[in-house]
Formats: sequence, structure tokens, C-alpha cells
Amino acid sequence: MIDTIRSLGRWGLSVFERLGRGHLLLLAILRGVPELFLRFSLVIQQLFSVGVHSVLIILISGLFVGMVLGLQGYNTLVDFGAEESLGVLVALSLVRELGPVVSALLFAGRAGSALTAEIGLMKSTEQLSGMEMMAVDPVRRVLAPRFLAGFISMPLLAAIFSAVGVFGGFLVGHGLLGVDDGAFWSQMQAKTDWYEDVLNGVIKSIVFGFVVTWIALFEGYDATPTSEGVGRATTRTVVHSAFAILGLDFVLTALMFGDV
Amino acid sequence: MRQSKSTEITVGMFVAAGLVALFVLAMKVSNFTDFTDEAGYQVVAEFENIGGLKVRSPVTMAGVRVGRVAAIDLSPVTYNAHVTLNLYGSFDTIPTDTAASIYTAGLLGEQYIGLEAGAEDEFLKDGDVIELTQPALVLEQIIGQFLFSKAEGE
Amino acid sequence: MPLVKIRDLHFYRGNRAIFDGVNIDIHRGKITAIMGPSGTGKTTLLSLIGGQLRPDKGTIEVDGQNVHTLSHSELYALRKRMGMLFQSGALLTDINVFDNVAFPIREHTKLPETMVRDLVLMKLQSVGLRCARNLMPSELSGGMARRVALARAVTLDPMMIMYDEPFTGQDPISMGTLVNLIHRMNDAMGLTSVIVSHDVAETAEIADYIYLLSGGKVIEKGSPEQLKRSSSQWVQQFMQGLPDGPVPFHYPGTDFADDLLNGEVSA
Repeated sequence: MIDTIRSLGRWGLSVFERLGRGHLLLLAILRGVPELFLRFSLVIQQLFSVGVHSVLIILISGLFVGMVLGLQGYNTLVDFGAEESLGVLVALSLVRELGPVVSALLFAGRAGSALTAEIGLMKSTEQLSGMEMMAVDPVRRVLAPRFLAGFISMPLLAAIFSAVGVFGGFLVGHGLLGVDDGAFWSQMQAKTDWYEDVLNGVIKSIVFGFVVTWIALFEGYDATPTSEGVGRATTRTVVHSAFAILGLDFVLTALMFGDV
Repeated sequence: MRQSKSTEITVGMFVAAGLVALFVLAMKVSNFTDFTDEAGYQVVAEFENIGGLKVRSPVTMAGVRVGRVAAIDLSPVTYNAHVTLNLYGSFDTIPTDTAASIYTAGLLGEQYIGLEAGAEDEFLKDGDVIELTQPALVLEQIIGQFLFSKAEGE
Repeated sequence: MPLVKIRDLHFYRGNRAIFDGVNIDIHRGKITAIMGPSGTGKTTLLSLIGGQLRPDKGTIEVDGQNVHTLSHSELYALRKRMGMLFQSGALLTDINVFDNVAFPIREHTKLPETMVRDLVLMKLQSVGLRCARNLMPSELSGGMARRVALARAVTLDPMMIMYDEPFTGQDPISMGTLVNLIHRMNDAMGLTSVIVSHDVAETAEIADYIYLLSGGKVIEKGSPEQLKRSSSQWVQQFMQGLPDGPVPFHYPGTDFADDLLNGEVSA
């Protein structure tokens, strides 16, 4: 009995310890961000591996999610004779929720896990230690550019996802199901608000980008420097990011759209 | 560490694609274009009931959009809805005795304000008040009245 | 005054004492070797000197500065004057040999690219790998990787350089090359070298002074000749690599015969 309580306590303590380390790392990273603007080429390098490499998966997923929305939405709306509102349904679902959330989940799987594995391997092969001994702070040199790149990439990826998704919905709605294209776009424009919907979606994706990149970098930096440890850290990145994205999405949605 | 040209170009294309997507969301998907509404003048109308009218709902005259709802307040004196309309500057010949009514677009559509021109020679100016107003039709009230009159008739 | 002065060093991993009151002096211009069996924390000692770990008690001074009371920027300034050669080489795997050696120069100076090139080629020439500059680290053998790392460690002309197990896992030829290089670097550049190793023959060949560590304490210290003549059985066992002696061959435990007859059979 006592042992159970004790192991519970140990678990709790280690969770708090990790949280503390995570926040300290975040602070150190943020302190390294300003000087990056003097060496922006480091960030461009990371934008390439973090952002550009995620574009394809975002394009394809966005297109299909939009097409599915078009199909499902049409089937529901047509019962009420409201199929002209298909554009509204597709656009609002994408811009408010699916764009930021699904692209963040994909981002965590594609870029987040890669970041963790990269940093974890650099740690296990003593590259990070080596840098420290060369008087180069790995947090500023390695982590900070990746953080900024993730932070910049995420809203762009989410915007691409939403735009492609709306296009996919239009392809299915107009091309396949014959919804009037004028009604599709005009209803969408009338009901989708720039501030309320689009900008709130962008804010969501910025928050997700911040959190996912942070988790990925921390897991890599904190990984046990063995191949098994790096593998576990990579899995943790994806799982924790998914939890964080969905949990934060609820909180943000409640703040933005719920009159709480 | 120095990156190749192609890296820079692809990153540039990526950032551009993201910005274009955001631009499309702004211009094509959302009502961002409405924010570029031409400057106008504001008039006030009081309604007994505005139903589902919202800020930024359209204001039309003979079906042509002439402005938007800028603000909605509750008048502390009359307990009526105090609606500020933003009318576009190009429609500056609206008579002072114009009537404003709240209509619904379609059976379940959004609500908007329709203006019917009066006959005065004077035109509405910034800060003027539209006196003639007709409240929104509230479906429950209409049904209630209908049932009431039915019952009375028997 | 010694370049590195370690006084009463205590360091614990969990409840296990890695160092339990260690005093070490490392003199300028000399090659000092820290030796001992595996698991005595030799690498930990280098991390402590480099300020990557904090001691639980005691002080480490490098060039008169207490490493663990320095601020972040002072510590990094000090590290610019220290080189370290990791066991794995710790080369950055995503850039080639040239860029690896150029890395500290580009990070810490604003020298024009032509000068960086000259410096890098000079350092690579001195380790014999000038013509391997376009290879990626994954294409190098272990010995070549260590030589590249050595070239990188000395690019900023440090005052001292620390070698972490430089001879481990090398074939005789690259071992010989490394022994030779370390010796030459030390003399030619006026470096102070610290070598952590358990390869007795190679280390004894080039070291001016040797510290023998075991069980968290300095067991013996002196020049290689002094150590070879040491009266301590333990030192003799270590220096000659005898399989049995004060350090038993068998992991401590119960008697073998007793274990066979009465030991528990695990289910």
C-alpha cells in the first residue's frame, strides 16, 4: 500500500520535474530567438526541413478532407433543401477547426517526430555536447532556429490546408454534385467572417505550432541518449502533441466561439 | 552550413504559397472584402425588436446593398434596440422620411435591414435618425397572434 | 601554477560516489593522463572540467577561474580556449569535413571565407586529411573521424585540449597515427593536454604525468616510470593488464561450489 503511494508520488514528482525542465528549455530557446534575426539563414535551413517537407502531406490531406466534407455535407444538407449552403459548411469547418487541428496533427507526425529524432540523435552522438565544448550553445544554435521555423511554418501550412480543402469541397460540390457555383461562393463569403473565423483559425494554428515544436524539441533534448530512448521520445512527441492539440483546441474554441 | 540556392528558392515558394492561401481565405472564402467598404455616414434607427439582426448585417434599398449595421445597443430610456447604420457615401440622396424594416432573407436566412425611400426633399446626413421603423417579425409572436385571433373568432 | 587545479572533488550519481575527494593538478605544456578501469568516471571528470556538469563538493579551477561560479557567457568564453575530443568524434553529421572544421571559426569569428578556407586547410593538412575535406562524416573511418575532430578542436588555437579515450577501438595503424599526432600537437602548439584513457601502453608512451583513479579516489600518481615501479599490487595489475589480482576476476558474490549445491533455481 505504502509502496503504491510512494511510486505514485515518485511518478508525480518526475512529471513536475519534466514540466519544469520543459519550461526552462522554452525560456532558453526564447532568449535565443532575437539573435536569429541577424542570422536568418539558419532559420531558412530549418524552414526547408520543417515546413517545405510537410507541404505535400498537407496538400493531399487538405484536398481529401475538403472533398469528404463536400460529399458528407451535401448528403445532409440536401434533405433540407439547403445544399447551396455547402460552401458555408465546408469553409467554416475547415477554417475554424479542421484546418488548424488536422494540419497540426499531421505536422506533429511529420515534422515533430523528425525534429525529436534529429535532436535525440545529435544528443546520443555527442554532437550537442561537442558544440557546448566548442563554446557554441546548442540551445541557441540548434534548437532556437528549429523552434522559430516550426512557429512560422504551422500557420502557413494550416492556411494551405484550409484553402486546398475549400477547393476540394468546391470540386466535389460543384463538379460532382452540381451545386451552383455562384451560390457556393457567395453564401460562403456572406457567412464566413474574416475576424471571427479566419483569424481565429490562424491564431489556433499559431498556438499549435508553438506547442508542437516545443514538445518535439524538448522530447529530443531530454531524450535518453540511446537508440531506444530516442525511439521512445519520438513516440512521446506524437502522443503528447496530439493530446496538447486536442485539449488546447477545446480551450481555444471555448474562448473564441463559445460565449463563456 | 551555407545553403544552396535551391533551398532558399523552395523555402521562398513555401512561404509564398502559405501567404497566397491566407490571401485566398481572406478574399475568396471570407467577407474580408467587405472591410474595404467605402467610407460613409452613420444614421440611427430605433426598433422595438430586432430579432436575429447582427452587427455587420447588410442594409439594402430595393435589394441593393447601401450599407451595413455598425452597432447595436439597448436604449436605456425606451428599452428599444438602438441600431447604428453605416451607409455608403455614394448613396447620399436618401430622403429623411425613409422607413427601415427588418426582413429575413428566405424562410430561415439571415436578417437584414431594408430601407424604403420616402418623399422628402431633404436627405439623410451623418447623425440623423430614421423615425419610421418596423420591427422584425418574430415567428412565435405571429403564430401566437394567429391562434389568439382564431380562438376569438369562434 | 597549474593550468587546471582540482581540489577535494566530490560527485555523486544517485547514491553512488563517482568522485570522493579527488585532487588533481594539470601543468601547462605537459601531457597529463587520467587512467583507471572502466566506469571510474574519467569521462565525467572531463565534463566537470568543461563545466557541463556541476560537482557536489569541491572546486575546479581552469587558468585561475573557478569553472562552476562563472556566468553563462564567461563559461562560454573560457570554453573557446579549451578543446575537447570526444570518443565518437562528435562531428556534425549533416555537414562535410571541411564545414565541420570551419564550424567553430564561422561561429566565433567574422573572418572572410577565403581566410576560413586557408585556416581549415592548414588544420586539415596537419592531421593529414586535407584531401578528404569533401567527405561526409558517415564516410570516414573511426580513426579519420577522430583526426577531423582533432583538427576541429584546435582550429581556435586553444590553450588546452582534452582527449576522451582517443585510442579506444582503433586499429594499430590509426592508433599509432593518433599517438603521434597528440604528441606533435602538444609540442608544436604549446598546448596542455589531458588524456583520459585505459590503454596503458599508448598512454604511457606519450604522457608526462599519470593519475590512476579507482573507486572515486586517486590511487597513484607520478611519471610513467614511477608508476611502473610502484610497489602497489593494484597499480602493477593495472599497468600490466593481469587478469587476476587485487581486482578479482569474479564478480563478488557467493562461493561457486555453494551456489551449485544450494543455489535457488529460478522458476
